Order: sequence, then C-alpha cells, then structure tokens
Amino acid sequence: MLEIQDLQVSYGQIKAIKGISLSVPDKSIVTLIGANGAGKTTLLRTISGLIKSKSGSIKIAGEEITSCPAHEIVKRGIAQSPEGRMIFSNLTVQENLKMGAYLRKDHANISKDLDYVFNIFPRLKERISQAGGTLSGGEQQMLAIGRSLMSKPRLLLLDEPSLGIAPILVRTIFEKIVEINKNLGVTVLLVEQNARMALAIAHRGYVIETGKIVLEGEARDLAENEEVKKAYLGSG
Amino acid sequence: MKPQFTFLLVFAALAALSFTMGAVDPYYLTVIIFIGINITMATSLNLINGFTGQFSLGHAGFMGVGAYIAAIISTYLTTHGMSSDGVSGILVLAASLLGGGLFAALTGLAVGIPSLRLKGDYLAIVTLGFNEIIRVIIQNVDFKIAGTHYVGGARGFAVPQLSTFLWVYGIALVVVYFVENVIHSTYGRGFLAVRDDEVAAEAMGINSTRFKVKAFVIGAFFAGIGGGLFAHYIQYITPDNFTFLKSIEIVVMVILGGMGSTYGVILAAIILTILPEALREFSDYRMIIYSLLLIILMISRPQGLFGNASIKKFLAKWKTGTATN
Amino acid sequence: MGEILQQLVNGISLGAIYALIALGYTMIYGVLRFINFAHGDVFMVGSFVAYYTATAVSKFFPVGSVPAAIIIFLVSMVFCAVLGATIEFLAYRPLRIRPKLTVLITAIGVSLFLEYLSQLLFGATPRGFPEIISNAPFYKSKLVTINTVQTVVIITSLSLMLVLRLVVMKTKIGTAMRAVSFNQQAASLMGINISSVITFTFMIGSALAAAGGVLYGAQYPSIDPLMGIMPGLKAFVAAVLGGIGNIPGAAIGGFIIGTVETFIAGTFLSTYRDAIVFAILIGILIFKPSGIMGKYEAEKV
Repeated sequence: MLEIQDLQVSYGQIKAIKGISLSVPDKSIVTLIGANGAGKTTLLRTISGLIKSKSGSIKIAGEEITSCPAHEIVKRGIAQSPEGRMIFSNLTVQENLKMGAYLRKDHANISKDLDYVFNIFPRLKERISQAGGTLSGGEQQMLAIGRSLMSKPRLLLLDEPSLGIAPILVRTIFEKIVEINKNLGVTVLLVEQNARMALAIAHRGYVIETGKIVLEGEARDLAENEEVKKAYLGSG
Repeated sequence: MKPQFTFLLVFAALAALSFTMGAVDPYYLTVIIFIGINITMATSLNLINGFTGQFSLGHAGFMGVGAYIAAIISTYLTTHGMSSDGVSGILVLAASLLGGGLFAALTGLAVGIPSLRLKGDYLAIVTLGFNEIIRVIIQNVDFKIAGTHYVGGARGFAVPQLSTFLWVYGIALVVVYFVENVIHSTYGRGFLAVRDDEVAAEAMGINSTRFKVKAFVIGAFFAGIGGGLFAHYIQYITPDNFTFLKSIEIVVMVILGGMGSTYGVILAAIILTILPEALREFSDYRMIIYSLLLIILMISRPQGLFGNASIKKFLAKWKTGTATN
Repeated sequence: MGEILQQLVNGISLGAIYALIALGYTMIYGVLRFINFAHGDVFMVGSFVAYYTATAVSKFFPVGSVPAAIIIFLVSMVFCAVLGATIEFLAYRPLRIRPKLTVLITAIGVSLFLEYLSQLLFGATPRGFPEIISNAPFYKSKLVTINTVQTVVIITSLSLMLVLRLVVMKTKIGTAMRAVSFNQQAASLMGINISSVITFTFMIGSALAAAGGVLYGAQYPSIDPLMGIMPGLKAFVAAVLGGIGNIPGAAIGGFIIGTVETFIAGTFLSTYRDAIVFAILIGILIFKPSGIMGKYEAEKV
C-alpha cells in the first residue's frame, strides 16, 4: 500500500529524516515507535504533504505522491489524524466530521459512514452539535480518528493517538483501531510512544532513532527484542 | 579613521559645498534640500522600523508636530523683534528646530508607550491612526497672537524661510552619525537584540520596553527636526503635508534601503526623492510605476534593494580595492 | 428628539455600508491573518464600475428603475470579486509564507496602485453619481424622514449579511472557510485546497465591498479615486471593534462606527470625527484587542 524509499527531510540545516525506507502492506497495521524527536511526526507530515521532502520517494499503491500538495494526497486515499489532534474548535462535532468528507461527492454513503463513526464512538453522537473545542482530550482524539475515517481512506496515518488521554480511554481507542482495520480493511500506519500498546495491535513494526530506522520486524518479535524492551518497554 | 574625524571631514566638505549652492538652479536646489530632509526622516524612521523592529506608519505625524511647533516658535520670535537674517536667524532656527524636535519627542513618547503592547500590523495601523489624529488636530487649530495667524487650520501656515543647505545636510549628518554610533555601541546593540528576538533579549536582562520607547522618542525627535527644516524651507505648510501617505513614502525608503542598513536607506532616500522628479514627464504614470515597483520589490526582494549584506560587501570590496592600489 | 432619531437613521445607513466593507476585512483576516489594506480601494472600484454600468444600462432601462439597479449591483459585485481574486493571486499568494509585514507593505502597494490607476483612468476630480436609487423620502413624519435610498441601503446590507451568514454557516465551502481560518494545516489534511478557499474568501469579501461602494455612491453621490481611503479605514476600525475575524462582530462594529460618527458630526466636535474614530481604534487595540465580540488570540511569534 505505502512504499517509502530512501526519504530525506530537512528543516533548514537540520536533517530530521536521514534516509528512511519502509513499507506498509495492504490491510495491515504497521507501527513506528521511537522517542520524542526521533522524526516520527515529521515522517507522517511528509507523507501527508505538509512538509516537502529533500529526496527519496513516497508511493501509494504504486503511485508516486512525493511532490503532491496536501489536499491532493487526501484524494489519493491517505488520511491523517495528526499529532495534537487539530480539531477545529470553532466547528461542531458534526461539522468536523463533514470536513473529513470534504472531497467526497457520494452523499448517501457519507451519512452511512457518519453512522459508522457514531457507532464505534458513541460519545461523539452525544456531542454532535457541540463545538469541537469543548470536548475532552479523549473525545477529541475519537473525533480526530473519526474525522480521518470520513474521507474513506485506504491508508490511515495515526500520530500518537494515546497522547494526553486517560489510560482507560487509550485501551478503547486502540481496540477501535483494530476494529477499523479489520472491518473496513483500512491500512494503518501508527506512530506511537506507547510502544507496548502499539506493538500489541500491530502486525509489523519499525523503530526509529534520530531520523533513521534502526530495527524492523514482526511486531511480535520486536516486542520480545531485548533492546526494544530496554529502550521502549521499560523493562530489562 | 575615527568616526569623529570622519564626521568633521564630511561637515567641512558640506560647508565648502554650501558656498556653491547659490549658483544652483532653484529647482535643483529644492530637490537637493528635499533629499537632505528625507535622509533625516528615513534614517530616523530606520531606528524604529529597521533597527528596533517596530513597524511605525506614523512618522509623518511626528514630522508634522515638529514642523508646526518649529514654525510657531520662529513666527513668534520673528514677529517679536528677532531678525531672520544672520546670527539672529541662526538662533531663531536653532530654537525652533530644538522646540519642534522636543515636542515631537514628547509625542513619540505618548504614541510609543501605549502602542508597545502591539506588534506587527496592529502597531502599524495604530501609528497610522495617531498620524491621522495629529493631522486632524492640526486641521482644527488656528489662533492669533498680536494680529498674526498661527497654525491656520486646513488653510495652512506661512513660515519664514530659514533652512539652508548647510542646515539641512548638517542635521542629516548628525542624525546619520548619531544613529550609526548608537547602533554600533555596546548599549545600542539592545535595539538590535529587541528586534531579533525579544524574548531572548529580555532573558539577557535587556528591558525591551525601554528600548522600544527610546527608539520611538529618538526617532520622533529627529523626525520633528526634519519637519522643522521642511517647514522653514517651503515656507507654507498645511496638514496635508503630513498625512499617512507621507509616512508610507518614508517607510518605502526604509524598506527599499533594506531595513536596518543606514547607507542603504540614505541611498534609497536619494533615489526615491529624485525618481518622482525624473519621472515628472510621465506624471500620469509615475505613481503607478512607483506602487508597482513596491509590490514587485516585496515579492522578489523583501530585504530591500540595498540590504545590509550587499552594501557591506560593496564597501568592503571598495576598501580593499583602494588599499591595494 | 426628532433630531436624535434622524441622526440614528442616518448613522445606521452609513454604518450599514461600513459593515459591508468590514465584513471583507474580517473574513480576509480570518483566513490569511493580515490586514488587506487595499480593501477600501476595491470598494472605490465598485463605485466606479457602478457609475459606468449605470451609463451603459440606461440605454435599456431607465436609471432609478429596479432592473437597472439590480444589473448595476451584479456587474459591480462580479467585477470586484474577480478583481479581489486577481489581487490575491498576483500580489498576496507569492507571499503566503513571508512575514506579515511584507504582506502589509505589499497591500499598501496594491492600495496605492488602485488609487493611482483609477486617477489615470477616471481622473482625479470627483464625479456625480447617478441617482440609481431614488433619494426621495420613503417615510416622512414630524420626527424623522427616511429616504428611499437609506431604506434600500439598510435592507440590501442586511440581506447581504444574512446571505453571508448562510453561506458561512450552512454551506460546505463556508464550513471550509471556518476550518481554514482556525487551522490551515488541519484543513489541508481534510483535502481542502487552501488556495481555493482563500480565493473564494477574497471574492466574497470584495463583492461585499463593491456592494458597499454602489450603496455609498447612491447615498453620497460624489465619487473619486481616493474615496475608499477613509471608509476603508473606518470599516477596519469597525472590524477591530467587533473582534477581527469575527463575522457578526464586523457587522455590529460597522453599525456602531457609522452611528457614532454621525452623532459626532452633529456636535461641535464635527471636525474631529475622523480623529475620534481612530481614537476608538487605538482604545480598543490597547484595552480590549479582542474587540467586543471576539476571543483574543495571541499573536504567534
């Protein structure tokens, strides 16, 4: 589904991503784990076209998208639930979700998908006409994921869905991610600091350190890897 | 060369040059005088906009305050027994310019303090607002002392002619000398620090508020003197001489010269004073060309035509060139 | 009492025009975070387009008739919508990621350009604006006279504001506008083409300014290339008063500024009215920069 080849990204003089290659197979969940500042968010922002890469290529289902503007990339079937959630505080929950479906013309299916989102996140339905800014952190996260689903993506990029959320909600959200992947067949690239949770639901995983992939493999194997355990799972 | 020495040398050259001015065609003399006044205006605005990073669109307001106060003082003095010739004339003008400058500085203080909470385009709009308020006030003031009209509201105010080449350029030299030396002194680095990173400047113990107010007060002081020189050259001033369009004109000089480059700004003041005159033949088109150039400049070279770096490079080249010769 | 009522009517009909201009300022500020200094000049162009359209239309419909007025409004609004989009495309779009001051100076350049180009094309001397809307009394009593033109100004402005509100609140593009004004990056992650939304905003804002220009010409029938400066600045004050970026705020601000100005004009402070409007601006920016309706948003460094 997603193929990244030797991608390099810089902010001015600072190299944020120093040649990353990774692949996300169709209908899988792949997770990217790493410390703060390792370049995870930068990678997702580059895939979504918010940052221009210096070199390398990004392909979705074989199609080159490296130099596409952000709104074109959404058209190609990539949606992102960004770091910090970026809910439109001034729009209602419903309007936020409708913005997710901005490019779609199939109105009948949009309301079906809206129902689906309300089905997996019933809390959102209760708050349907509330302004996005009035939701709690966890609800905003649900809204962000729901909103990204509304574009009917082939590939869903999730940036730190567990950040700043009550632990009990984190579990729910991760369960929903699995559900979305299974029921809708959406491919997921999940960026997380919470490596334990991420590796538990993912099929494959990559470990990123200062802009480079240092480890990759089956999620199960990574979870057993001594180095990963030491560095990211908090046990020796 | 020591800066003091350069200063004296340039002043001597200006003094020598001033003797030739009698032979210059009055039209060209006017252009030359306006160049000198615009150098004062642009250099003083550069202290606020270029070096301290505040964006003032109200410099013509300070100029207007200086012009009118100076004109009031000179009119009062010359109608109360002082001659406008010779030493007496010099004293009259000196007193007028000083009074105009000080009053403009006070206005600068009054504008600067409340505006400090604002940044960027809001500050620009507020200074523009102050500019217009000053203009409207001038427009509404008219009084008589001993049969002589003062200020004259919208009609205008007749002013004795006292400004000469040497006065105009002497003052321009003082302003340039002052701004350059202040900026390159240890103390003056505070202005640049406030511009470059206010938070960092504060962290280093620089009171950024104080520097901003100082920039406004000093800038306004010199603008007031510039206004006084202007009034005592053209001999008739009206509030319309000091609208925000005049402020924009000065801002454009600072921008074209490259914010924060004194020599660039001087060059821009010269070019932008001559350019409209040179284009007088195409008077219908000149302001259109002028505004288009401004837009194109902003899109293609926002650092100004003569940004700091290019001028320094040029001077360095020139210096090494002369040294090897 | 009668005089106060009369002033109120005059003030509201002036304020309605300020409100239309202020809406454009506030919408453009909303999506681009900059003061479109040239907005008042688009208003002026609107007046001139109406002036020439009135002449052309008079061959088919009598000046002062309803169809003539509708055609004049539409032509002027469409013309200025295209003008606004063109200005954005040529002058502002290349500066999207530059410091705001660069954009402000460019906007000043655009403003001067429109003023001087108009002086070249239309001449600097004021022209009489045709009576496209009758200025005969529409309602007359002992206390107050309301002219037809005042009635039309108020009704047209209110209707346009209502339409704008519907567009912004109920349509997809309007929701996209609000999304863009809140967070451009998030909006582009939705697949929203930011540039198209900005173009659309400029078109709407400029069309409203044009409508304001036509109404202004009808109400104060003398137009010249510099006529946009003062109404433009006052409408800006209105936008700030209402909380810049806040659409209902801009409308309310417009009515307040128009009314305040008209009342001052009726007192001994008459000649100070421009200064007082600016004093209001300074007062708000210093003491309540969020305006009467807005939430304050600290400037991002």
